[in-house]
Amino acid sequence: MPEVTMADPTTRAMASGAAAPVLAVRDLEAWYGESHILHGIDFDVNAGEVVTLLGRNGAGKTTTLKSVMGIIGKRKGSVRFNGQEIIRASSDRIAGKGIAFCPEERGIFASLDVRENLLLPPIVRSGGLSLDQIFELFPNLKERLKSQGTKLSGGEQQMLAIARILRTGARFLMLDEPTEGLAPVIIQQIGHTIARLKKEGFTILLVEQNFRFASTVADRYYIVEHGKVIDGFANADLQANMSKLHTYLGV
Amino acid sequence: MQALYAQLLVGLINGSFYALLSLGLAVIFGMLNIINFAHGAVYMMGAFVAYFLLNVAGIGYWPALIIAPIVVGIFGMILERTMLQWLSGLDHLYGLLLTFGLALIIQGVFQNYFGSSGLPYSIPDELKGGMNLGFMFLPIYRGWVVVFSLIVCLLTWYLIERTRLGAYLRAATENPTLVRAFGVNVPRMITLTYGLGVGLAALAGVLSAPINQVRPLMGADLIIVVFAVVVIGGMGSIMGSIITGFTLGVVEGLTKYFYPEASNTVVFVLMVLVLLVKPSGLTGRAA
Repeated sequence: MPEVTMADPTTRAMASGAAAPVLAVRDLEAWYGESHILHGIDFDVNAGEVVTLLGRNGAGKTTTLKSVMGIIGKRKGSVRFNGQEIIRASSDRIAGKGIAFCPEERGIFASLDVRENLLLPPIVRSGGLSLDQIFELFPNLKERLKSQGTKLSGGEQQMLAIARILRTGARFLMLDEPTEGLAPVIIQQIGHTIARLKKEGFTILLVEQNFRFASTVADRYYIVEHGKVIDGFANADLQANMSKLHTYLGV
Repeated sequence: MQALYAQLLVGLINGSFYALLSLGLAVIFGMLNIINFAHGAVYMMGAFVAYFLLNVAGIGYWPALIIAPIVVGIFGMILERTMLQWLSGLDHLYGLLLTFGLALIIQGVFQNYFGSSGLPYSIPDELKGGMNLGFMFLPIYRGWVVVFSLIVCLLTWYLIERTRLGAYLRAATENPTLVRAFGVNVPRMITLTYGLGVGLAALAGVLSAPINQVRPLMGADLIIVVFAVVVIGGMGSIMGSIITGFTLGVVEGLTKYFYPEASNTVVFVLMVLVLLVKPSGLTGRAA
């Protein structure tokens, strides 16, 4: 296989051997009020992949997810989902196209019990997991259906946050730091869940600080720095890129 | 003793109006973050729509009970779409000023055409007369107002706290951005919520028309007390506003019996006490 440079997203997409990517982000810029956070993000996610955005705190990873989801007020550039331009769509329309988002702060609603939290996101298309399948993945939740959402432990809340977007039929999931602040055994369970979802054909865009965790689930990585994607490589090339990675992440 | 029961009944009736109005205020505040000072004006509009329906179209009390809240609710939704929605994200003060201005305009227009004196609206035939309960005489219409208001309040509570639609509403009150990112059309929900709150006020207006007459300033007088009720109960809780509404009506009634001089101020005295001890209100969440 010839050497491909990862700088050009189109070559990257070809390198991973897929046809049109599910998500193609080009020259994405975003602002929080006056501050310019993203300065031209480029990356692709192909069907069935787990792609991880890595980078230091404040690099713009979360903002990238939020911009794709349409919840950052001011954004420019191009986000194509299944070939459709969604950069100017509202977040409810974007969700309707089959993208689901699990935010870093988890977003469990205190005024809703676990069951209500779980059933909150509307079904956007067929093909979502049934409640039985969800309880099979997360048996803890079944025991706690009547509890107030925020009375769950951190790990259970994270599971609830992931579980509720699996019902909707969205096949493209964006998970923002799902392992943050959780015990190793819970992290392991979330890792199994992501692997299982991948096997079921879900496409997952992940943001992670926990590089060791990411390396157990990801197919490819992109490095985000100062609001730009500065590098990217496949999981197979991880060892070769290890020293670069240490410099990028400062670990 | 007769006089005590009579005052208790008056208290329960006032409490019904307080509950219906403060319930709407709480729902609107939760979703829109707006302190709806136009609430008294839309209450008055509800009574006027009932009056017009009867005197212009010959449509009586029972249909008016449904039509007036819908008409005024639609009027509210138009206000929300054209004006209030632009205030989202701004300080409470802007919403308060805008709705206060709207209330003055609406009341001014009605006053211009109808003066300040009351227009009569008679009790529907089915609810005329009274019952002797042994210990007191109960005018049927007044009993009806208390029971019907209570049912409407409990249905609204059920809608918000126990149904799927209510779960959207509660979730969107907490985090509208995330609920929208799940695919829910939150702006439309906000419009409908304002319509619901305003519709409840209009319903209270229709209920009060046969008791208090139909006057352009009927809401302006009432709304001051209702805001005190809301402050006492706290903005956060649906059941809280219902219970506080009825309770304060009764407290007012009891004061009228035991110490009539204080009956107009007792609610405000309580408000001051609650603000001193628990500024977020008896059932409210801290801001």
